Amino acid sequence: MKIFKDAGHLFRLASVFLVGGVLFLVLRGFLVPSSFGQYGHYRGNAVKEAATQPISYAGHQVCESCHADILEVKSKGVHKGVACEACHGPLAKHADDPASVQPAKLDTAVLCFRCHEANLAKPKNFPQVVSAEHSGGAPCETCHQPHSPAIVAVAGGSQ
Amino acid sequence: MQIPVEGFMYPNEVELQWSVLIVLYPFLTGLVAGAFILASLERVFMVKAVKPTYRLALLTALAFLIVAPLPLQLHLGHPERSFEMYLTPHRSSAMAMFGFVYLWYLLAVLVVEIWLDYRHDIVVMSQCTTGWKRLVYRALTLGSSNISERSLHIDERVGWLVTVIGIPSAFLLHGYVGFIFGSVKANPWWSSPLMPVVFLFSAMVSGIAIVLLLYMLMCRIRREPIDMGCVDTVAKYLFYTFIIDFSLEMLDLIHRIYEADESFRSLDFMVHTRLYLSQVVIQILLGTVLPILLIGATQVLKLAEKQRKWIYVVAGCLTMIGIFAMRWNVVIGGQLFSKSFLGYTTYKMGFATREGLLTAVVLTVLPFVILWVLVKLLPPWPEKNSALSSVAVAAHGAD
Repeated sequence: MKIFKDAGHLFRLASVFLVGGVLFLVLRGFLVPSSFGQYGHYRGNAVKEAATQPISYAGHQVCESCHADILEVKSKGVHKGVACEACHGPLAKHADDPASVQPAKLDTAVLCFRCHEANLAKPKNFPQVVSAEHSGGAPCETCHQPHSPAIVAVAGGSQ
Repeated sequence: MQIPVEGFMYPNEVELQWSVLIVLYPFLTGLVAGAFILASLERVFMVKAVKPTYRLALLTALAFLIVAPLPLQLHLGHPERSFEMYLTPHRSSAMAMFGFVYLWYLLAVLVVEIWLDYRHDIVVMSQCTTGWKRLVYRALTLGSSNISERSLHIDERVGWLVTVIGIPSAFLLHGYVGFIFGSVKANPWWSSPLMPVVFLFSAMVSGIAIVLLLYMLMCRIRREPIDMGCVDTVAKYLFYTFIIDFSLEMLDLIHRIYEADESFRSLDFMVHTRLYLSQVVIQILLGTVLPILLIGATQVLKLAEKQRKWIYVVAGCLTMIGIFAMRWNVVIGGQLFSKSFLGYTTYKMGFATREGLLTAVVLTVLPFVILWVLVKLLPPWPEKNSALSSVAVAAHGAD
């Protein structure tokens, strides 16, 4: 067949593509994890691996089981909806062994402004101040009690 | 680094996420698609006058296509992860499907067409050259040295078919880039069904312009006379395409002005302030209106050859600047305003950083270096090929 002879180079080109395609499929077989696509467009085993990660956060219920006095103060203030570890950080280790693992002392001059630094993007009714003008770098706890920040006793009104 | 912000920006809008490299990416792919469409004029639409640019256009498209994904990979930071697109294709993501569009266009269209068109020359050169060049050419022959009349006829027919498939593929390649922007419904600067069409025609404009400039430059370097019939025809197609491109962009603009939706005042303010230089002055006046007028003058006036050459060079350069400015205004402009329509940020481009000016310059120069290598390896000039062919015939005769 002369046509096959004169088109032989095209068959060679097709062979190159074919070999490339087969190599890709072999490579894909090795590289794509077997659990890929089990639940969605990700590796199914990643869910199990994530579940085996050590727990860092104890949860506010655990904190409250020991720190009932703080809960008492906090439940009366505007921070009643803020979880303990939102400010104090993950403290599961402290909850497991309160005696040997102590939470670090927080610097309120920095911590409070993570939420309360004035920003136009925040809702108008959210308490916010320009830190440099409001406190001049002094820790917020000088005037405010972080667990219930309203200054009732000193100023005789809310902030 | 403090970024100057005017008015109100949401916190995640202050710093631009898509840098100059993302400007470069549609610019490079546009040149690929445009150069290929110019090549198809000769092959499919039988515009024989542009034949001297045919091979150069194909090599230009290949050189730019090789570099096109690099800005994206540098931007993303983990180039090895791009292979994941092929391993685990995500069919519902337009961005993820780019890998397949790119691979199809590179391997099934461009490489095959260039190989078929150059096969005769490759076989001849595998017999005429020595050393490493011979090895390269022999590898490129894929072990077949059949350059009989019938086999070349088959190449011609198959090459024609590949070009026919290549035209919608080129449209797909660049239409897709416009689609990516046009489908971002959260951004009124981008969200428009006209975007893929505008991108496509601007791609054709830039691709035709770069091949026109490269052809004239290479003729000068080789001290060969410029085929004025060819450049006049290329310029004519550049003119027509430019008119369509400009009309589409104006249609989009007029539609936005007339519709005047809730984003209009903010975008209008941006165009009159932060984007005034890059959009109104560089893109529209210098990069579109002036080259259209210049090339239009060559269509209606009887100008001398030297004047036409200068006009083509000036208009070509202005076109390239204008199309780059268009990409800039789309990509950067779309990130300068707030979704609240109450504020504007500033783009601060680094210099010697991963996504800085130096990187962008290197990525712009790199395709020209690749093109130089390709031209050395696969000369697009018929004179040299015919000389080589006679050597090969002589060599066959001696055998």
